[in-house]
Amino acid sequence: MNDVAIRRALMRIAHEVLERCEDLERLYLVAIPNGGVPLARQLTANFKQIADVNVIVGILDTTLYRDDLKLKGERPLLRETEMPSAVDDRVVILVDDVVKTGRTIRAAMDALMDFGRPSSVQVVGLVDRGHRELPIKLDYVGKNVPTQAHELVRMSGQDGNLEGALEIVVMPGES
Amino acid sequence: MIGTDLLGIEDLERADIERILDTAEHMREVGRRVVKKVPTLRGRTIVNLFFESSTRTRASFEIAGKRLSADVINFSPSSSSLKKSESILDTARTLDAMDPDAVVVRHSVAGVPKQIADVLAAPVINAGDGAHEHPTQALLDLLTVKLEKGRIDGLTVTIVGDILHSRVARSNIYAFGKMGAEVRIAAPPPMIPAAVETLGVKVFTSLREAIEGVDVVMALRIQSERLAGCYLPSVREYSSTFGIDREKLKYAKEDVIVMHPGPVNRGVELSHDLTDHRPSVILDQVRNGVAIRMAVLYLLSGRRQEDAQRIDLGSGEGR
Amino acid sequence: MSDRRIWIRGGRILDPAAERDESGDVLIEGGVIAATGAGLDARGAEVIDANGAWIAPGFVDLHSHLREPGQEYKEDIASGGRSAVAGGFAAVACMANTQPVNDDPAMTDFILDRATQDSPARVYPIAAATRGLEGVVMTEMSALVGAGAVAFSDDGKTIMDGGVMRHVLEYSRLVSVPVITHGEDRYLVANGVVNEGPVSTKLGLPGNPAVAEEILVVRDLILAELTGAHLHVAHVSTRGAVAAIRQARDRGVHVTAEVTPHHLTLTDEAVLGYDTNAKVSPPLRSAADVRACREGLVDGTIDAIATDHAPHAVHEKDLEFTVAPPGLIGFETAFPVVLDLVRNSELSPLELVRRLSTNPARILKRPGGSLEVGAPADVAILDPDTSWTYDPAKGYSKSRNSPWAGWTLTGRAIATIVGGRLVYHVERGVLYP
Repeated sequence: MNDVAIRRALMRIAHEVLERCEDLERLYLVAIPNGGVPLARQLTANFKQIADVNVIVGILDTTLYRDDLKLKGERPLLRETEMPSAVDDRVVILVDDVVKTGRTIRAAMDALMDFGRPSSVQVVGLVDRGHRELPIKLDYVGKNVPTQAHELVRMSGQDGNLEGALEIVVMPGES
Repeated sequence: MIGTDLLGIEDLERADIERILDTAEHMREVGRRVVKKVPTLRGRTIVNLFFESSTRTRASFEIAGKRLSADVINFSPSSSSLKKSESILDTARTLDAMDPDAVVVRHSVAGVPKQIADVLAAPVINAGDGAHEHPTQALLDLLTVKLEKGRIDGLTVTIVGDILHSRVARSNIYAFGKMGAEVRIAAPPPMIPAAVETLGVKVFTSLREAIEGVDVVMALRIQSERLAGCYLPSVREYSSTFGIDREKLKYAKEDVIVMHPGPVNRGVELSHDLTDHRPSVILDQVRNGVAIRMAVLYLLSGRRQEDAQRIDLGSGEGR
Repeated sequence: MSDRRIWIRGGRILDPAAERDESGDVLIEGGVIAATGAGLDARGAEVIDANGAWIAPGFVDLHSHLREPGQEYKEDIASGGRSAVAGGFAAVACMANTQPVNDDPAMTDFILDRATQDSPARVYPIAAATRGLEGVVMTEMSALVGAGAVAFSDDGKTIMDGGVMRHVLEYSRLVSVPVITHGEDRYLVANGVVNEGPVSTKLGLPGNPAVAEEILVVRDLILAELTGAHLHVAHVSTRGAVAAIRQARDRGVHVTAEVTPHHLTLTDEAVLGYDTNAKVSPPLRSAADVRACREGLVDGTIDAIATDHAPHAVHEKDLEFTVAPPGLIGFETAFPVVLDLVRNSELSPLELVRRLSTNPARILKRPGGSLEVGAPADVAILDPDTSWTYDPAKGYSKSRNSPWAGWTLTGRAIATIVGGRLVYHVERGVLYP
């Protein structure tokens, strides 16, 4: 997927979200860093362009909610969390770049509940790789990309913008 | 390089310190939430082993542990082993048999956390040992200065007071030095340790010269029992020569900040109004203390030594 | 004494008393050195092969703590004596800080009695200079010397009252034995536990300044000069103390001095890491002080090497650094540790043996320190080249407080003979009593 394809997918997703959402004022985009952040910013721009609504964007790091912290070893780096307001009664749309096992989305939902009680939670994944380990399904998908479990998928663009392309890189080891 | 334990800033490299500070900045955000608790250390046991009483530091570690969902047990053997039949190492071994995931140690004698770490499988965090080190205090001081000034590199910091008996001074001398600041000390001569310049500081006996043009003034607490030890003639003489007030601060930079590890002897180390108001940042220090301790507990978790490969804190990337 | 004949075959004979350093055999008979040299008639004698080894007069330790009576859980005269011979020491002088204190002829009798029964090494009691080591009333020196005391000292409880020290020194002239001073000004030491300097500052432990030692040593040198008494300075550890002793010797003051293996080889950096086994009194000093002590030993300012063997139980050393008692066990490691001076070409083997044996025997006015025909057969056979890993748990002391635990040491006593009897052999252990 290059950046043109990504922009096209995000425009389609924005339309789908608006179609399903009854009260646009209650929309709240919550990006999972780092990959989700530029995607969420692009989605708000799309909402503004399509429906002239200003949708809040929050950033929610899931690291402290991960389910592998019981294990020995190096602790992962923390990332930014910035939730501009509570999520009570909002329609929260979690935005992540690549979804595979579903464990990150599980952690994000736990984290979200510490910021209030949303009326509903939906999930955007730009790329869905399959290999789900938890009963999580995506509400909006940019592209289904069947991969081997050991392959790594990463966004090659810089943090914070969509320049560059999403590419599939085959690397040994686990992702 | 920091390994299993956090015993002193002396053992850390700049990258380790930066990692702890970055992590603590994120932990500050947790402290601003309505629900100030994350499940990170759920089911873990942290023991606060305080041989020397300290309400503030103990409370700070306790809150930090609880915000990470750990079970925090306070264990305060009331006195030194002199008065008991059990040696400190026996106490430590007994504790270790209860399989804690981290042990926070405070003792009035330098070196005890190291002695305990040598026999314990759990990570040991030094919460202050005698006149040796108080690493989490220096880390929270670094974080406070970094948030105030945007940087530490290139700043000038003056530490004022009883350097000889101060673990806060030693940890901060290492901490600010490693982060690229110039560190000065100013004290009555009996309170200047032998060969202190070997730690990389400039020594002053004139407060005015010491704070000339500096960015940060850090006052240390004067323990009242030192007055009996013939280190100082009187509180009055100390406060007039080394006490910080607005008049003396005029020699420092205009945007100088004033720090104190607390509790302040009001009117002795700091003038009354300076204790409560800018440019002093004492309550910010306290707030940042919780974030720093959360960061340290997080980064050292999962490091019990049995079957564990020793892992360097500073080197890795998240998976 | 023994009637047995022992033939020490084929070693390097080092006899400082005779200025002798040559290959040969030593024959022992009737408890004395019967003959030395080549081509001895030794039929029927027990043979000890000393090929490649040194044959030296048994070492004499001026300074040890055997803890009996009173603290037998740390050491007793039997275990201390066994540990001594395992290090090549044929005789050890023991300090008076037992419980009760050796300040009474009956106590001196008791120690000697115990030594005769239990110890393979000769034991020379040092009596207290003042009653109860309290620094107030001097002990009955004539009676104590009559009972067998070889010197007087309050050791670690330095006599701070200069007037008392003056009288002790004056009175000691009556009995012609040395007064041993542990020079440390209690007020300057304050609560210091490590050498004051970069190390104490880094560790955050109270410093013990070199001047605390130097001030007391200088005071006692002046008092020795005033009184004409024999002052012996224990465990010299600072550059200033070495210089003061050198000057006093030049003035003709009757002073002798000792230095420990640890003050000759370890600096205060051994304490980094808070190893309480490296906590000693006086503390380990700076590299410059170590250098000065070595120079003083080489040039004769310091006469002797003494171990200050000071056993403490594991549970006592497992305490906070400030609380743990100072001291280390030193008999079994002394020889390999001080061999460093030979390896470093500062002392010849003969000069090293002089400082471990001949000089300390002379200071105490005891026999020993000589391999001349007719001398008591106290002999140490030493392998200067063998390497071994030191494990205090496998040694003979009851205690384990050694900073050299786990070190690979080079040089070892392989046999020790006391009064003509083989009491220790490295392969057979302690053989008597």
